[in-house]
Amino acid sequence: MSEIHNYTMNFGPQHPAAHGVLRLVLEMDGETIQKADPHVGLLHRGTEKLAESKPYNQSIGYMDRLDYVSMMCNEHGYVLAIEKLLGIEAPPRAQYIRVMFDEITRVLNHLMWLGAHGLDIGAMTMFLYCFREREDLMDCYEAVSGTRMHATYYRPGGVYRDLPDTMPKYQYSKFRSKKDVDRLNSVRDGSILDFIEAFTKKFPGCIDEYETLLTDNRIWKQRTVNIAVVSPERAMQLGFSGPMLRGSGVEWDLRKKQPYEVYEHMDFDIPIGTNGDCYDRYLVRVEEMRQSNRIIAQCVDWLRANPGPVMLDDRKVIAPSRVEMKDDMESLIHHFKLFTEGYCVPEGEAYAAVEHPKGEFGVYLISDGANKPYRVKIRAPGFAHLSAMSEMVEGHMLADVVAVIGTQDIVFGEVDR
Amino acid sequence: MTDRHETLAARIDERFGELVKRVASSCRELTIEVGKDDLAAVATALRNEPEFGFEMLMDVCGVDYLNYGESEWTTSSATESGFSRGVQRKPVLLDEADEFDARRFAVVYHLLSLRHNTRLRLRVYTGTGNPPIVRSVVDIWNAANWFEREVFDMYGILFEGHPDLRRILTDYGFIGHPFRKDFPLMGAVEVSYDAEKGRVAYQPVSIEERTLVPRVIRDDNRYDEQLRGTGDE
Repeated sequence: MSEIHNYTMNFGPQHPAAHGVLRLVLEMDGETIQKADPHVGLLHRGTEKLAESKPYNQSIGYMDRLDYVSMMCNEHGYVLAIEKLLGIEAPPRAQYIRVMFDEITRVLNHLMWLGAHGLDIGAMTMFLYCFREREDLMDCYEAVSGTRMHATYYRPGGVYRDLPDTMPKYQYSKFRSKKDVDRLNSVRDGSILDFIEAFTKKFPGCIDEYETLLTDNRIWKQRTVNIAVVSPERAMQLGFSGPMLRGSGVEWDLRKKQPYEVYEHMDFDIPIGTNGDCYDRYLVRVEEMRQSNRIIAQCVDWLRANPGPVMLDDRKVIAPSRVEMKDDMESLIHHFKLFTEGYCVPEGEAYAAVEHPKGEFGVYLISDGANKPYRVKIRAPGFAHLSAMSEMVEGHMLADVVAVIGTQDIVFGEVDR
Repeated sequence: MTDRHETLAARIDERFGELVKRVASSCRELTIEVGKDDLAAVATALRNEPEFGFEMLMDVCGVDYLNYGESEWTTSSATESGFSRGVQRKPVLLDEADEFDARRFAVVYHLLSLRHNTRLRLRVYTGTGNPPIVRSVVDIWNAANWFEREVFDMYGILFEGHPDLRRILTDYGFIGHPFRKDFPLMGAVEVSYDAEKGRVAYQPVSIEERTLVPRVIRDDNRYDEQLRGTGDE
């Protein structure tokens, strides 16, 4: 029998566990991985160059398409960078709406991650459970922006419009029983805030459900405990951020340490791991969902009590309403200028970072005073995480690659940009 | 500018003196410029010395300053044929020049110190000589590995001492550096399936580039430094 020890194996780019279009070239010794070489860029669309060829506001929609499971957080980073350069700040109500939707987005992202990660390493039920709750949050997106995913809801100077007073309802159809439709519509009678509040009351119970399925599950632990251990020193050296950094035991969260918007008024905790393995990162993300839920509840209370404008009243940046535009010559001029040429941003540069569900999402803008950015650089957390793939899987078995891709929470929209 | 950044700026001035040049701060952020030759010394000190403690490199970003501050549309009269033909587009320069302007390219590093909760932006200009070269910082911050590969791929800036400087985001066999300002937005080649050859074939792009909204720079009084004060509270 001939002895074959080392060989290379191709993983992806069409692989259900690759979370998109990842091609991995693995150098194997038997079933042990010696080196992994990720080939990325199959989803490269040149977002940064496209953004450089368009007026500022027209690129907000591109941001949704970066990390397409945490849409509004991407927009937030971009919008914050523009606001920083323009020297404007959104009104408080808009800031609370943004924080609330950032946290809704975080829950959305972590649910997607939990479902997909579970599915990858053998917990089929998780996927179905997670998507059940995701549906409600998608409805929130739809209610405020009209779309379920690519919202384009945040604008420099605020958010596009105020929260709606009604929630769209399900209609009776032959595909759903009357009882089901009534149950789904029972929480949709009030405003969107009522709907979100009902969700925050229900959601901790849902997380308990997920945890009973996974946290003490023997198979789950066998697949995640002591897999891809990253020490805090290495995590910092490798540029990790978000749950990847906190899973290794580094207490760092931009929402606490460099608070933006109204996060300083929010009461929440930062969970951190101890061992830096896949299991710790799982626990960190699950706890983050509970904390997000707390923040959402606080925002709902504040938003109920404090009506007000959601956009700045600055006609040099924000277009007037349609009614104003039809009525007033100056508004018409502003409207025309903003939609044909856009606004010019003062010369300078700014880096705005937000605590994205996956880590630090930063947008670096250089403006030369024109109506289009001179340079947009998007710092995607997944890019730094994926670059550590080789180090994380070295010495593990082939099946653990899937667990590592899962724990890194990779989405190729943002890695490839 | 916050107090933290003010003390950091003072410390940097004191420690490095002539090696670094502090750039006028905008948006309460601290930027310093370093010469190409001093990058390694400054970066190592910023990472290792406890008073700076920048243990994290968050981002490495390439910039091409070719068209900086130029507007595309300076016509003062209306054109009958629309924006696109009024746009003054520069001819595409070929990369065959022996050297570029010394400040054409820049590599920008974003550093983060968890210990002191500060950020710092480090800029290195390059461009003299084709291809432009900067020393790699992979040995100082391992996170730089892929970021530098990306800058190389997008801007053609070489990193001296990088262990594995390959293209990362573009296709296998791609020619050119797409984020340079003289690389057309729509690219140089298009692909289609060639039925005769039985494979996908590349050919030069057949459509013309159009600019829907020209790039304009307005002199805006609101952003005039003298009129509005220094900008820092």
